[in-house]
Amino acid sequence: MPGKKEAAQGTGYPVRKEGLRKRRRVGETIIQSLLFFAGFFSIFTTLGIVYELGKEALLFFRTPEVDPWEFLTGTSWQPHINEFGILPLATSTFITSLIAMTIAIPLGMAAAIYLSEYASHKVRRTLKPILEILAGLPTIVYGYFALMFVTPLLRSLFGNDVVQIYNMASGGLVMGILILPLIASMSEDALNAVPRALREAAYGLGATKLEVVLKVVVPAALSGIAAAIIVGISRAIGETMIVAVSVGAGPNFTFNPFQSAETMTGHIVRISGGDLSYDSIDYNSIFAIGLLLFFITLTLNIVSQRIVRRFREVYE
Amino acid sequence: MSTTADSNYVIETRHLAIFYGDFKAVTDVNLRIQRHKITAIIGPSGCGKSTLLRSFNRMNELVPESHASGQVLFDGQDLYARQVDPVEVRHRIGMVFQKPNPFPKSIYENIAWGARVHGYRGNMDELVERSLHQAALWDEVKDILHRSGLALSGGQQQRLCIARTIAVQPEVILMDEPASALDPIATLKIEELMEELKRNYTIIIVTHNMQQAARVSDYTAMMMLANGHARSGTVIEFDETNKIFTRPSDKRTEDYVTGRFG
Ligand SMILES: Nc1ncnc2c1ncn2[C@@H]1O[C@H](COP(=O)(O)OP(=O)(O)OP(=O)(O)O)[C@@H](O)[C@H]1O
Ligand SMILES: [Mg+2]
Repeated sequence: MPGKKEAAQGTGYPVRKEGLRKRRRVGETIIQSLLFFAGFFSIFTTLGIVYELGKEALLFFRTPEVDPWEFLTGTSWQPHINEFGILPLATSTFITSLIAMTIAIPLGMAAAIYLSEYASHKVRRTLKPILEILAGLPTIVYGYFALMFVTPLLRSLFGNDVVQIYNMASGGLVMGILILPLIASMSEDALNAVPRALREAAYGLGATKLEVVLKVVVPAALSGIAAAIIVGISRAIGETMIVAVSVGAGPNFTFNPFQSAETMTGHIVRISGGDLSYDSIDYNSIFAIGLLLFFITLTLNIVSQRIVRRFREVYE
Repeated sequence: MSTTADSNYVIETRHLAIFYGDFKAVTDVNLRIQRHKITAIIGPSGCGKSTLLRSFNRMNELVPESHASGQVLFDGQDLYARQVDPVEVRHRIGMVFQKPNPFPKSIYENIAWGARVHGYRGNMDELVERSLHQAALWDEVKDILHRSGLALSGGQQQRLCIARTIAVQPEVILMDEPASALDPIATLKIEELMEELKRNYTIIIVTHNMQQAARVSDYTAMMMLANGHARSGTVIEFDETNKIFTRPSDKRTEDYVTGRFG
């Protein structure tokens, strides 16, 4: 019999140790420290990024030409004449994100509900991976899709004099298409995680499928769905390539989605793509923009967590 | 309307068989469930008790690939007929599950939910209070109606689920081992409650607890894997509970109820 030497009288187990003293489990210790290191590493990088952003941004705000209040409320961003008002960039980010989310949230939710509650097993098995591939396409591809396909479409619909070649609507729409599968996939996971017992409870009371879905499953999955939406919004605010390619290359303070403008991220790539010297105001300014982006996303996360905590239904 | 609609019987099955895909889980069941009585379904694990129970309100068809053959008559009407709406069936034949499954909403909302779904227009506060009274839960929760239903103990949760079921005023209540997760005191409460509910409802209960079946039920159906069928369960004896527990006519029933089974 193999291992007989160690087996205690044929029980199949190794000989039992004397007493109940603590044993050393090397494997567990190693894994634990690896896990700790991984956690520590991600926190450390985040802190590092914040530090770097903050340091350069501070240099920017220290320069005499810059007034922090001007920065937050100014409606003109013209670095070459020392006008640093973030609003043109911020509104453009806001408008493109808004357009993207009005596409992505309803369609993404609908797709998630369809996939999790209505689609047959087979349909789900084919559609879900496709969604995930879509979410993983390089965004530059989407950018050119916006420029070469959506923009001409918009121009033929609304007229060339209304829709500029570079415009926020086209970038926003395509960004919505980019984010849709992300929201759909994450929301579908959240819906799927709702226990079957809960659905059965509702069916058992004589509810229709739609009632079960909308009044039991979706509320129970709310925190997961909200997380999906937050990730989507953050993605929209941070998305760069699509807007850099299709929205325009010049800060323009406008609320008209058919006009060209430049988002915060779009501006950063364009500026940092040129021959920018370190320690110039221009160079430092992009860190100030970056820091602002960081705070917007952070605030969004905190606020939405608050909201979700109030409304979600915990199902153990 | 069927030819043999007898108002004494709420549910009647004829050659009922239930499948999961190709697997025939339950075969040839012929039962008549009396109105305003408690009928217990007993039998060893895996013999198809839950499957049979869930076929009475078409819950089974929520399992993909599951289907039934034969007939289940409810007030003489075939539940599986093409024009029958399963949603309507489940409204008239409610269900309480083995594991308490309150909605992750407030106690009040748990009761009001079903009522709203069915367009209840009366006074909701009254309905909630009445249902909780009937489920013998009112005194324990009357001050915490807006707390989550999940904050209750297991026994209270189960009574909340019963209250929720009563609130939509079904005619039949199906209970699948409703007390199996509960301690003896909570179990006793549920049993007393069933006794109380019997006046207005017909109850069918699946239970593993022989004493419980003997205590609460008027009729008992004994299920067992049928001879000759591959792992397919059927009702081998159906009679007054009294008779099943004292002078069963089938040897296997006798062995099972006296604990000599297996
Ligand atoms: N969803 C399902 N898919 C496939 N087979 C199932 C499913 N549910 C039950 N079965 C099978 O049907 C048979 C009867 O199961 P059922 O749950 O009705 O038994 P039961 O008598 O309620 O058992 P228990 O006393 O353990 O609850 C079993 O062989 C089981 O494996
Ligand atoms: Mg069962």
